[in-house]
Amino acid sequence: MSDSSGQRARHWERTRNLTILVLAIWFVFSLLVHWFAKGLNEISFIGFPLGYYLAVQGSLIIFVVLIFYQNWQQDKIDSDAGLSGDETEG
Amino acid sequence: MFKGNFIDNLPKIYGLYTGGFVVFIILMAILEQLGLGADTIGILFVIFTVAIYAGIGWLSRTMQVSAYYVAGREVPPVFNGMATAADWMSGASFVALAGGIYFGGHGYLAFVVGWTGGYVLVNSLLAPYLRKFGCYTVPDFIGTRYGGNWARFIAVIILVVTSFTYVTAQINATGTIAARALHIPFEVGVWFGLLGILLCSMLGGMRAVTWTQVAQYIVLIIAYLIPVIWMSNAQGFGVIPHFTYGEAVARITELEPLLGVGTAAVEKVAGVKIVTTLHNGPADSALYSWQFVTLALCMMAGTASLPHILMRYFTTPTVRSARRSVSWSLFFIFLLYFTAPALATLTKLQLFDPNLATAIIGKSIEEVQNLEWIKQWASVGMLAVTDGNKDGILQINEFFMRPDIVVLATPEIAGLPYVISGLVAAGGMAAAMSTADGLLLAIANALSHDLYYKIIDPKADTARRLIVARVLLIVIGALGAIVASFQLTGILGAVAWAFCFACSGLFFPLVLGVWWKRATTAGAIAGMVLGFGAGSIYLWWTYTTGETWLGLNHLRFGIIGMPVSLVAMVVVSLMTPAPDEEVQQLVDNTRDPSGATILEASH
Repeated sequence: MSDSSGQRARHWERTRNLTILVLAIWFVFSLLVHWFAKGLNEISFIGFPLGYYLAVQGSLIIFVVLIFYQNWQQDKIDSDAGLSGDETEG
Repeated sequence: MFKGNFIDNLPKIYGLYTGGFVVFIILMAILEQLGLGADTIGILFVIFTVAIYAGIGWLSRTMQVSAYYVAGREVPPVFNGMATAADWMSGASFVALAGGIYFGGHGYLAFVVGWTGGYVLVNSLLAPYLRKFGCYTVPDFIGTRYGGNWARFIAVIILVVTSFTYVTAQINATGTIAARALHIPFEVGVWFGLLGILLCSMLGGMRAVTWTQVAQYIVLIIAYLIPVIWMSNAQGFGVIPHFTYGEAVARITELEPLLGVGTAAVEKVAGVKIVTTLHNGPADSALYSWQFVTLALCMMAGTASLPHILMRYFTTPTVRSARRSVSWSLFFIFLLYFTAPALATLTKLQLFDPNLATAIIGKSIEEVQNLEWIKQWASVGMLAVTDGNKDGILQINEFFMRPDIVVLATPEIAGLPYVISGLVAAGGMAAAMSTADGLLLAIANALSHDLYYKIIDPKADTARRLIVARVLLIVIGALGAIVASFQLTGILGAVAWAFCFACSGLFFPLVLGVWWKRATTAGAIAGMVLGFGAGSIYLWWTYTTGETWLGLNHLRFGIIGMPVSLVAMVVVSLMTPAPDEEVQQLVDNTRDPSGATILEASH
């Protein structure tokens, strides 16, 4: 019993750490870079001013990749802890 | 042809459906060449698509509680992703977003960032945990996690205010499109739209809404992408303009000073406006940056608190598939959102660049006034051309347009055949209908499940519960249509308000319910009431007086509500005794992705 609760605690700790990492990246690309849009526009990226590019595309692409990455990692965390849940539910 | 059950055949069914829709478009294009009138094509597009949704709604009818509330929890992640994308992308996204960027420039892109970034919060903080919980509605989670009817009841009220604000905007949008496509008065168009919406949701609840939303997503994304790709080819930006329209942005930036963008209009025309904001002109000030990030933050936290979105993740078979469907949702939403700025940019270039045949700025007023699309839209008061300085030439400050029509008028501006305009009207209708469906269902389900079944009459049998749910659906839909026909607010204002209401009242009670075991019933009630109250009072103050505090206007009042909600919830939770062992275990259980749902037994 104590073993399984220890495993659960470990599972939750890893889940929490992953979430914190994801939210940190989210913060940078959803809020931080847009605060400096004017300055970033001085830099050119594939033909776009960078500040503008991030708002129309860059941040969006990062969000999509970030969610797929998070789910891939979370699946691993769940499997490692034997909590993936795919066998127990239809 | 179809072996096995419905779910296994989904890719085949929707593949056939998509093929059928493309054949329909080609057929319309041929008929147009043979001389079929533009009006008839528009009518056929709207009638044909709405009839298909109604057919799906009829086929999905059910008398089972779990099918009605959560589509039997058997929706595969990719399809739930499409359904969520349609649920999410409203008339505001489809019709108004590109127009907003066209007029609002960089500042408006906060909506684009906010409406995509919010899904990172949904995925990280809420969706998998709420799915594990196994609730039917969002107040169901609040009511069970915090216990007691008060928490549940307050969550129901916030949900109703939020979703109702949102749904009137959607019914308004369906009415606008139906009115223009079918040539009926707006007041009639609103009721036509409502009829279509109810046909999709009433008989089959969540199950019917799920399968119609998938169909609606396919229509709306085709309708959004085709005009942009077509225009891009015509302007020489390649088949996929998204990565190459940087040049178009540069060209607009170059033209803006020459055309004098920013000059005020000599005479104003009511209801329409001229472009005065630079296309890519973020101001170099802290206030500008602050306003950008506060708007983005309100939209993101709002995304993670909107009940009609969260409830879509209750329909997947497992916790893992709930997570997966969030990632597919964002992918499908992303397809439209990274196209909207391209559409705004290319359309603007069509009108501005003197090197393009479609340009109107710099042409003689008389010539412009004789253009077919100018006449069409001007006759309904959505566009105006005036000669403010009496020189006989159209200047940038003499061309007025309603932002909402940019997407709808783009095919005509770019000189595309009318079949594309008909397609875009069908797409706008699909976007507004699918969101209205999800919202009406969220309201009716919260009232029937949480208020009626859980609070008023816990002994009600299945048949009675489902009849109550359907009656409420009709009543709320009718109320929404009545309010919408008054046209109190614009589409966009109402949508931003809904997000701010949601994040003020529900964001922290939901998130802390999963992430903070110490959160107590009294804390959650304080968080909901004070957060929602503070946000609403600020909205009322800033809207009636026109004053703002820290530059926070009526689109951003969630920035007031959220911190109040957080502080109230934490302080009151710490002042009250910690939740008992049972609740602590409930939270632990929520965090464990394996095993059966928590609530199944009590439903």
